[in-house]
Amino acid sequence: MTVEAPRPSAMPPAFRAVPMLLSLSGLILGLMAVAPLLWMVATAFKPQDEVFGAGLLPHRPTFANFVYVFTQLDFLRFLMNSFFVSATVTVVALLLHSMAGYALARLRFPGREVIFLTMFSTFLVSLPVIIVPLFVLIKALGLLDSYAGLIIPSIFNAFGIFLLRQFYLGIPPEIEEAAIMDGAGYWRLYWSVVLPMSRPILAALAILFFLANWNAFLWPLTIVSDRRLWVVQVAIASFQGQYTGSWNYIMAASTVVALPTLVLFFVFQRQIMESIKTSGLK
Amino acid sequence: MDLAVGQTARDVLRGRPRGRLTRRQREALAGYLFVLPDALGLAVFAGLPMLLALALGFFTVDGFGGYRFAGLANYRRMLLDPLFLQSLRVTLAYVVMLVPSLYVVGLGLALLVQRRSRLSGVLRSLFFLPQMVSLVVVALVWQVLLVDKIGIVNRLLSPLGLGGLSWLGDPRLALVAVVAISVWFLMGFYMLIFLGGLQDIPKEYHEAARLDGARPAAAFLYITLPLLRPTSFFVVLTATVTAVAGGQIFDLIYVMTKGGPANATELAIYYIYQQAFQYNEFGYAGAMATVLVVLLLGLTLLLFAVTRGGRFDG
Repeated sequence: MTVEAPRPSAMPPAFRAVPMLLSLSGLILGLMAVAPLLWMVATAFKPQDEVFGAGLLPHRPTFANFVYVFTQLDFLRFLMNSFFVSATVTVVALLLHSMAGYALARLRFPGREVIFLTMFSTFLVSLPVIIVPLFVLIKALGLLDSYAGLIIPSIFNAFGIFLLRQFYLGIPPEIEEAAIMDGAGYWRLYWSVVLPMSRPILAALAILFFLANWNAFLWPLTIVSDRRLWVVQVAIASFQGQYTGSWNYIMAASTVVALPTLVLFFVFQRQIMESIKTSGLK
Repeated sequence: MDLAVGQTARDVLRGRPRGRLTRRQREALAGYLFVLPDALGLAVFAGLPMLLALALGFFTVDGFGGYRFAGLANYRRMLLDPLFLQSLRVTLAYVVMLVPSLYVVGLGLALLVQRRSRLSGVLRSLFFLPQMVSLVVVALVWQVLLVDKIGIVNRLLSPLGLGGLSWLGDPRLALVAVVAISVWFLMGFYMLIFLGGLQDIPKEYHEAARLDGARPAAAFLYITLPLLRPTSFFVVLTATVTAVAGGQIFDLIYVMTKGGPANATELAIYYIYQQAFQYNEFGYAGAMATVLVVLLLGLTLLLFAVTRGGRFDG
């Protein structure tokens, strides 16, 4: 496996079956990996009395669960909240992180490395560890139960700055120099030269940021009690308590919540997986 | 030329009248202004809370939000709190089960899909797919799959005589179930990290080994594993931090088990959250969070010491 498989003809007969067996077991494992998600989607189309019935596919497929979720539960509003929060965080974060990443990579100023390392060290600060003081802080700022409270603390994250800095370290200097010679200021240089050049990495990061915020649960759970500000993750987690046993509804809601992320994945799987593969510290 | 500071900053960014600033000064000023928003944001929303957590630990907070200095009372209380000590034991058990499982599964999947072929590409996507879904959805789906007696997992296990297990109801099984679900969710990420590591190993090494007649198992043991040390180090470190303080694990516990049954899945991060937001014990929660961070730092340093930072030289 690690060694590239020798040609079948060079192998003793007993080993010829090995690559095929590997492919077969790989395929079985792959299907097992996605089976729970397939099961979720299938259950979303089942009437309640079939949820624990035999067989993956529904015998009497129905849209009733989805209709119920959208008509009885104000689900559209929660979807809009999630979309608004995730999209805003993504756009603002990309702008600020690319500015910071660019400056930390290309502009020379005293204390640059110290500033970078200090910012990067917050990488180790995870939300569960600081959630109590962060809550106290947001409360003191009067941002509990507000979109601002949902959005602002989610913007700042060292991971994005780090990846963008890595990217800007690698761009050729000639382009910037030409712009400087033209007498362009640093903002114009950034806005009309650097930013357009960063499109590929910004696109990849936009997907990752959007996904992370769409899937976020702990922070919105903690600072929002007003139902009108619920994001989808908080909404489905609370359905569970309200609709115990009505798994068909819960699975339909879960399918709706998972759908945008799955669609993003199918469209951008190469970019998503590439950007994660290269992020493993080098 | 007497320019106000704000004026200067704007002119620098626009590249208009130079004033008396040299090019180097203009570049430095632009650098600071570009970094400022993010630096400020991180300072306020990541750095400050870290310090606040430390400070909170020395206070008690009453029901009306009044803070009273309490010295080391919260820290003394911790030592005598059986539930906190239990949550540390659960956290340790979780780390001990999760990290090696993730390592083996992640590396195994990476080896399985590392060849360039259409099938490998499809398999990578399939293994990574669970990672796309939120932990809330993951927790909900697995709750249905693991329902006692009639859940699909127990139906599949019943031919083996294991159909009667109560995965989320039996204190001896619940943490195992949580570990298994965590592995299922996280394996795609670690597969990709290992794939990146495997690609960095020069092909010549394996070719030389093959010419020397080395068996695949030997090549794996003496070439792949040693050269994967930096990747392995990254994987173990990330997995450990995720297991002790990760937000995703919190979501899973919150939705699926609420720390139960009989506190069997009460991880420290979950216990701290409960103390803060169910019982308003903000000071106590701050103190426990501080202890958890110190323990995590200790674990990280230990890891660095044992592996010498994951360097090549064995």
